[in-house]
Amino acid sequence: MTAMLEMRGVSKSFAGVQALRDVNFTVEAGQIHALVGENGAGKSTLMKVLSGVYPAGSYDGAIIFDGEERRFRDINDSEALGIIIIHQELALIPLMSIAENIFLSHPPSRFGVIDRNIVHRRTTELLAQVGLREQPDTLVTDLGVGKQQLVEIAKALSKRVRLLILDEPTASLNEADSAALLERLLAFRDQGIASILISHKLNEVARVADRITVLRDGRTVDSLDCRTERIEEDRIIRSMVNRDLAHRFPERKVEIGEPVLTVVNWSVHHPLHTARQVIKNVDFTVRRGEVVGIAGLMGAGRTEFAMSLFGRSWGYNISGKVHLDGREPDLSSVPAAIDAGLAYVTEDRKQLGLILADDVRKNVTLSSLRRVSERGVIDDLIELKAASDYRNRMRIRCSDVYQETGQLSGGNQQKVVLSKWLMTDPKVLLLDEPTRGIDVGAKYEIYCIINELAEAGKGVVVISSEMPELLGICDRICVMNDGAFVGEFAKDEATQENIMRAIMRNVRMQGAGAGAALAQGAVR
Amino acid sequence: MTDKTVSLPETPKHAGFIKNNLRNYGMLLSLLAIMLFFEIMTDGTLLQPLNLTNLVLQNSYIVIMALGMLLVIVTGHIDLSVGSVAGFVGAVAAVLMVQYHVSYPVAFVFCLMVGAAIGAAQGYWVAYFGIPSFIVTLAGMLVFKGLALAVLQGKSVGPFPQTFQKLSSGYIPELFPSAGTLYPTSLLIGIALAFVLVLASAKSRAREASHGIEVEPYAFFLAKSVALAGAVLYFTYLIASHRGLPNVLVIMTALIALYGFVTRRTVIGRQIYAVGGNAKAAKLSGVKAERLTFFTFVNMGVLAALAGLVFAARLNTATPKAGLGFELDVIAACFIGGASAYGGVGRVGGAVVGAMIMGVMNNGMSILGIGIDYQQVIKGLVLLGAVCIDVYNQRR
Repeated sequence: MTAMLEMRGVSKSFAGVQALRDVNFTVEAGQIHALVGENGAGKSTLMKVLSGVYPAGSYDGAIIFDGEERRFRDINDSEALGIIIIHQELALIPLMSIAENIFLSHPPSRFGVIDRNIVHRRTTELLAQVGLREQPDTLVTDLGVGKQQLVEIAKALSKRVRLLILDEPTASLNEADSAALLERLLAFRDQGIASILISHKLNEVARVADRITVLRDGRTVDSLDCRTERIEEDRIIRSMVNRDLAHRFPERKVEIGEPVLTVVNWSVHHPLHTARQVIKNVDFTVRRGEVVGIAGLMGAGRTEFAMSLFGRSWGYNISGKVHLDGREPDLSSVPAAIDAGLAYVTEDRKQLGLILADDVRKNVTLSSLRRVSERGVIDDLIELKAASDYRNRMRIRCSDVYQETGQLSGGNQQKVVLSKWLMTDPKVLLLDEPTRGIDVGAKYEIYCIINELAEAGKGVVVISSEMPELLGICDRICVMNDGAFVGEFAKDEATQENIMRAIMRNVRMQGAGAGAALAQGAVR
Repeated sequence: MTDKTVSLPETPKHAGFIKNNLRNYGMLLSLLAIMLFFEIMTDGTLLQPLNLTNLVLQNSYIVIMALGMLLVIVTGHIDLSVGSVAGFVGAVAAVLMVQYHVSYPVAFVFCLMVGAAIGAAQGYWVAYFGIPSFIVTLAGMLVFKGLALAVLQGKSVGPFPQTFQKLSSGYIPELFPSAGTLYPTSLLIGIALAFVLVLASAKSRAREASHGIEVEPYAFFLAKSVALAGAVLYFTYLIASHRGLPNVLVIMTALIALYGFVTRRTVIGRQIYAVGGNAKAAKLSGVKAERLTFFTFVNMGVLAALAGLVFAARLNTATPKAGLGFELDVIAACFIGGASAYGGVGRVGGAVVGAMIMGVMNNGMSILGIGIDYQQVIKGLVLLGAVCIDVYNQRR
């Protein structure tokens, strides 16, 4: 077999953060090549380099396709060669028909007038190829996610695809749809279409992949041939997480007290798909002076859990009991939750955490304006003093507190957000990905702040997708998957392997039905 | 992390300060330049006491509405209905006072309440139902234009009682025997105002300095104070040499001061800017974004009603065409004054200066005899130019 695609020595960095280091990646014609790794390992970045989202010149290394070096300027260049990427968030236009979506960018036309008969005929052919029994003029919004995924694939086929890239295609699919999709990939392989499959569902990967490449911290750490030997999931997991904890985490004097936050039987439904239960009757406890981590894959429901607790800022039909500091407080709105002593540092600090056009001072005091005002009138001197105090205490690097937060680095922005919440004097802090996109030095400072908070007797909950971080700073780690806690480990028994295993065991249970259906070939 | 993080980078102080403040004063300087231009082009007619008084009276209702519109724009919305609402409220006032002989104060308060109710009705859809304000107020524009026509039954209604006319055409009572051509009471109020303004800014500067805050250089402060006092005194002198302070100018000044204070110094003001800057972040910080949005529309309704009353009193009649196109001047004033169409940015002072720029241009071009056709063209280009400069400044 000859290599269809070869990526040689690809490196890519963002503002000093190395996302990919010298990655080598080869796909042969008619191969299903699985790409696995933790969140942030560099899988999506690598695929964006391949598809031209990051144009030639913005990365180091070479892409060789069909034996020639290629320099893609944008996604059109890669699509012209038949490299088609299907993202996790589908790029379909809901209120257009299947046919219109498939031929959106390249409708068969004469003098700019679309030939609807050809569109209809070809769409019917393509839908038959992907095994989707729908009329071409059905609106995409009327289809389920699984069928939408198939429309995306039909769209790829219409562009004469040779290498299909699927980013977590089965993440939001039920068993039958997942099985049908994987069945398609196997059929394409027989027609000579190669696929790159990015997935966290290792059972699926082990089942359909011809080769598995493992990325970790932006490097290729393993490449396993599944044709010659059967690869066990444990083998893949070991490759995914096995690394020395080279990061340094500050020491802390651990003094854990009585429970400060107790959540019982917490249930949350999706705000739009109200029948879907996103958080499934979970129990959760944090003690004074304790740092509790919540591990899990993206989409496990961790953010949704935290936001639903924090003044019901996410979700619908929320039920369950919360005890905070010995009382059963009103948590029905964000102001009430703040008054009760809860703070939530969002995952997305630019969109949800900061007012980027406003200065440091205004951002720091936004949630505690009552503390710097009298009868609704802000005392600007008290406010300035409060903001300056936090600036010094948290070591926020800015020219002065009148500097716009939009101009600060990620780490300093995060310190501004933390300052805002510390100023409300919370009893429990929910920190959602507190170090995402922050350089190593600033991370260390954030860990120090977390330690100080715990030492001051606050309960701290850290949601993080970086497992070494959780292992380094948490006293206890709860593992969440699909809206439920599926494992809990004390600091000394937690390892990356058993956390990952807890997640995968649960994913496998969900995926088992799909596997069975696939084995029987029962789906069509 | 050494002491470096605390100490500030040393820059040439005066140059840096002037540069930082140029943007804040840029619009004011433009206004002065435009006034100077027309003063010269009209051979001094622009700043004649009679014309100046007229200029104030002509633009008072635009300025009043611009104060409310600024808050609406800062929260990231728009209100297209203000002209129609002003016209409708003027019509209601006319029917009440002229046809039903309701007393002036009762009708006045009732009309403001009507404005509040209209604002609440529109704000409810925008804030709690998430319907784009553009659409809600476009509907409001049609509804209240129609209702004004209905209330007046297609006719002009007037004249108003004398006491009501005084709202727009009256002047503050003269307490002293008139000395020559000057009105001493108005002059004294102007002098007192200039004194208070300078004193207040000196006090605030001293207070900041005593807390170790970097303050503007002394020379700059002195120049600013002299310019401010000079402008106030000269303006008062001109006004006092016609017929003294118009009542509506007193109302307008009080409102400008009030809204300036609310936007800069109060919790509510701060939260309004936060909602406009990033509504999601503000909500997650405990700001009641929906309620604030609702109240900015209620406030807008009240101010539109007040403007409608002032306009009706000025014309001394309510006509079905009153208020036509006011919303455009009001919105233009806010954007010329530096408000951002994306929300979160804008100053009361800017909106007032923006309204004055529009007013001076209207007035100056009319004196010069430029037709209404080209006046529109020029005003449109000034609006576009002002916003372009602002966008360019922000990109740098």
